[in-house]
Amino acid sequence: MASLSFPNEALRSLIDHFPESSLLISKEDLIPYSFDATATFYHAPLAVLFPSSIEDILWVLQWAKSNHACILPRGSGTSLSGAAVPQKNSIVLSMTKWNKILETDPDNLTLLVEPGITTQAVQEEAAKFSLFYPPDPGSYKISTIGGNVGHNSGGIRGLKYGVTRNYVLGMEVVLPNGQVVWLGNKCVKDSAGYSLKDLFIGSEGTLGIVTKVLLRLIPKPQERQVILASFPTLEAASEATSAIIKAALIPSALEFLDQKTIECIEAYSPAGFPKESQAVLLIESDGHPQAVQDEIIRISQVLKQYGPLEIKIAENPKQQEQLWSARKVAFSALARKAPTVLLEDVTVPRSSLAQMIHKIQQISKTYAVEIAVYAHMGDGNLHPVFLGDEKNKDLMEKVFRAMKEIFLYAIKLGGTVTGEHGVGLAKKEFLAYQYKSEEFQLLKNIKKILDPDNLLNPGKIFD
Amino acid sequence: MNKLSAKHSLLSLDSTIIQKCIHCGMCLPSCPTYQETKIERNSPRGRIALMRAIAEKRMDLTASFAHELYFCLGCLACQTACPVGVDYKTLFEASRQDIEKSKILNNPLRLLARTFLINYLFLSSRRLRTFGRLLRIYQRMGLDRFFKSLPFLPAKLKDMLAQIPSIAPHFSFELIPPRELPINTPTRWKVGLLTGCIQDLVFSKINRDTADVLLYNGCEVICPPEQGCCGSLHAHNGEMETAERLAKKLLAAFPIEELDAIITNSAGCGSHLKHFSDLFPPGTFWRKKAEAWDKKVYDIHEWLIKIGFSPPQAFASTNQSHTVITYHDACHLCHGQKIKNEPRTILQSLPYVQFIELEESDHCCGSAGIYNILQPEMAHKLLNKKVEKIKKTKASIVCTANPGCLLFIEKGLKKHHLNIQTIHPISLLAKGYKLKDTGSSPFLQ
Repeated sequence: MASLSFPNEALRSLIDHFPESSLLISKEDLIPYSFDATATFYHAPLAVLFPSSIEDILWVLQWAKSNHACILPRGSGTSLSGAAVPQKNSIVLSMTKWNKILETDPDNLTLLVEPGITTQAVQEEAAKFSLFYPPDPGSYKISTIGGNVGHNSGGIRGLKYGVTRNYVLGMEVVLPNGQVVWLGNKCVKDSAGYSLKDLFIGSEGTLGIVTKVLLRLIPKPQERQVILASFPTLEAASEATSAIIKAALIPSALEFLDQKTIECIEAYSPAGFPKESQAVLLIESDGHPQAVQDEIIRISQVLKQYGPLEIKIAENPKQQEQLWSARKVAFSALARKAPTVLLEDVTVPRSSLAQMIHKIQQISKTYAVEIAVYAHMGDGNLHPVFLGDEKNKDLMEKVFRAMKEIFLYAIKLGGTVTGEHGVGLAKKEFLAYQYKSEEFQLLKNIKKILDPDNLLNPGKIFD
Repeated sequence: MNKLSAKHSLLSLDSTIIQKCIHCGMCLPSCPTYQETKIERNSPRGRIALMRAIAEKRMDLTASFAHELYFCLGCLACQTACPVGVDYKTLFEASRQDIEKSKILNNPLRLLARTFLINYLFLSSRRLRTFGRLLRIYQRMGLDRFFKSLPFLPAKLKDMLAQIPSIAPHFSFELIPPRELPINTPTRWKVGLLTGCIQDLVFSKINRDTADVLLYNGCEVICPPEQGCCGSLHAHNGEMETAERLAKKLLAAFPIEELDAIITNSAGCGSHLKHFSDLFPPGTFWRKKAEAWDKKVYDIHEWLIKIGFSPPQAFASTNQSHTVITYHDACHLCHGQKIKNEPRTILQSLPYVQFIELEESDHCCGSAGIYNILQPEMAHKLLNKKVEKIKKTKASIVCTANPGCLLFIEKGLKKHHLNIQTIHPISLLAKGYKLKDTGSSPFLQ
């Protein structure tokens, strides 16, 4: 499908260079690459390339530069910020076939992988050596490590174990100027100048194309226990969370689900969430069995002070797994409620959780927009889910106004507009509110230095 | 356009069905074709994006789209994986119906094959049995081996000939009387037994075993001799009107009102048989009949669990050795009908059996109706994977509850020279009721 605005002969040279099996150009092939997991953003690419070598990547970069096209590095396209949606004259660089494990090094607790490997495959490889890779985004079964690095993905274990950034020791990156560089190493400590690898983590494919990733693994916790606590109000559950953090208790996960979310999850696969309560907390403690036992008792004591309806402890690993699998489909399950669902990820300091939750309820009433909330409560990362309908312009207008007010309030509380999904297209309008102008300029300057021709994923994070 | 065809075309489909997909990607890991190619158009969300483009008139129905929809196995694993609850089956069937109406894939050979198979052979039980008798003679005379030995026959044709399954010595009606009563137990239920088309020709013994198991568990069995194909094959292949005709035949063949249940032992049929009412416009005579029918159709495993079946007894004295068995989930049982635990419960109830879970047991084996004939390359990739997993269990018997899977997996095991039997769980249960004290693994006798 030749784009009207794009010269045919340029496209011809691309088609001539690559074998048919690695370059997709038909309309039927491109429509399925015109979106990621974000609602409302659609744009078909010019072509989709499955590179078979670094040389292919270098060639297409040069081609893009000569023909004023751009490159979008892409994993499984499960981004929730529109970061993986093509823009005008984009070539999608699909890394999904680069999915090998290159080296497992149990002596140094590291794993070297290609960027197209799934998060789940990394977790499984680690488990084979009784090791553990903690980052755990909801889409872990299909999301790729390359995508996780690009978004600095988090997940449910953020509060104790951190996010993707905390597990990347190094990477191979193809720079827009055609240089291939190795950043980082297997050392636990490294003070040699700027931490350049960190620049690429969370860069949403705007600075370089990651072609190898060196990951850090940790010992697998011996024991896990899961508490399920239900509350009569959202505020009680939020206050209980803040109290747990204040008591300096750091469980491996502390999740919050409101009643709407629970209802949808139970409709997909009943996992035993109490449907009648207004909010539940799902808390996991892991580590040495005695420490886990102790932590569970102390957390339960704190919870009891906030008037829970019920506190239950999962009886066996199967029950634990059931609760977590159910939790991970929360977003998609909420799509049962409305034709268009928009998921945000504002994050606030944990002492302000009850305030933020309260404000979301207020905004929902003011704008007459239905908002469900689930949250990685323990790390202050909230997921308000806006129930809209793309075909109803009035409603969508209200949704966006409500959303903006939530973003602004989070910033006011000292928070961020995105905890783990990245800025992409969905949040770039709000970034300027979060950064002062000189800070914002610093972001843009970095892009200019590394990608002066704007070849890589332009129009994402900022214009 | 009547209401039936409205449901079976992308252009007139209720738009909320198609819009339900939020392209979150949760379906990708479950899709066998996407897992092989890693190309988005070969994934459920990719295919739905194309369907949506056609429904919204942003794209024409092209040959490329048509090929894509026949590259899809229709295994429905994506429906199990989808947290949103997208009705992929309806979208898939509507697309194939549009494709067949458009005639975009027509070429003389395809037309001939489809006309013969779908519109002639599978339309009447009489024709099917005549065909079965001819095949039986052909196979008894050793003509199949003769053709395979001919050096000048193209490999592709030889492969197709090799696909033809052995015809059983008897048809179902020769093994099962129209009405049969339990002998040693009181009659608690009255059930109809569906004998199917392929089962009737190739697996009539499974039908007999099903009747035996039902009788053993106190069910009077009503089994009309003239039944024919249920139309599942037609519905999955874009021939909705023929599916409707065949459904009417079955609805007329059974005394629905008198029965407590109507039993099928074939996963692919069951998935279709339970939704006959979708074929008829609301309020009509046939719709009402179909609604009553739908409520009574049970997969045999589902029915046995519902009525609390009696597990076979172990012998009191001797020490029999155990046989390792495993179970492959037929797609239209686990994804199409959400029946996963029931067959396992039945198999685990058998004495002298050690049940080992099969890794990725709910991944398609590649058989998928006539898919293995139309898309042999992808089908065999999936089959090889399946065989590898079966091998890993070290089982001597692999059970599965669909004729297509039984045939295809058997073929795969033979190709890899593995001495592993493929058996329908109900046949194994029937065997369990008749065990003889032989002093060694009784299920392998």
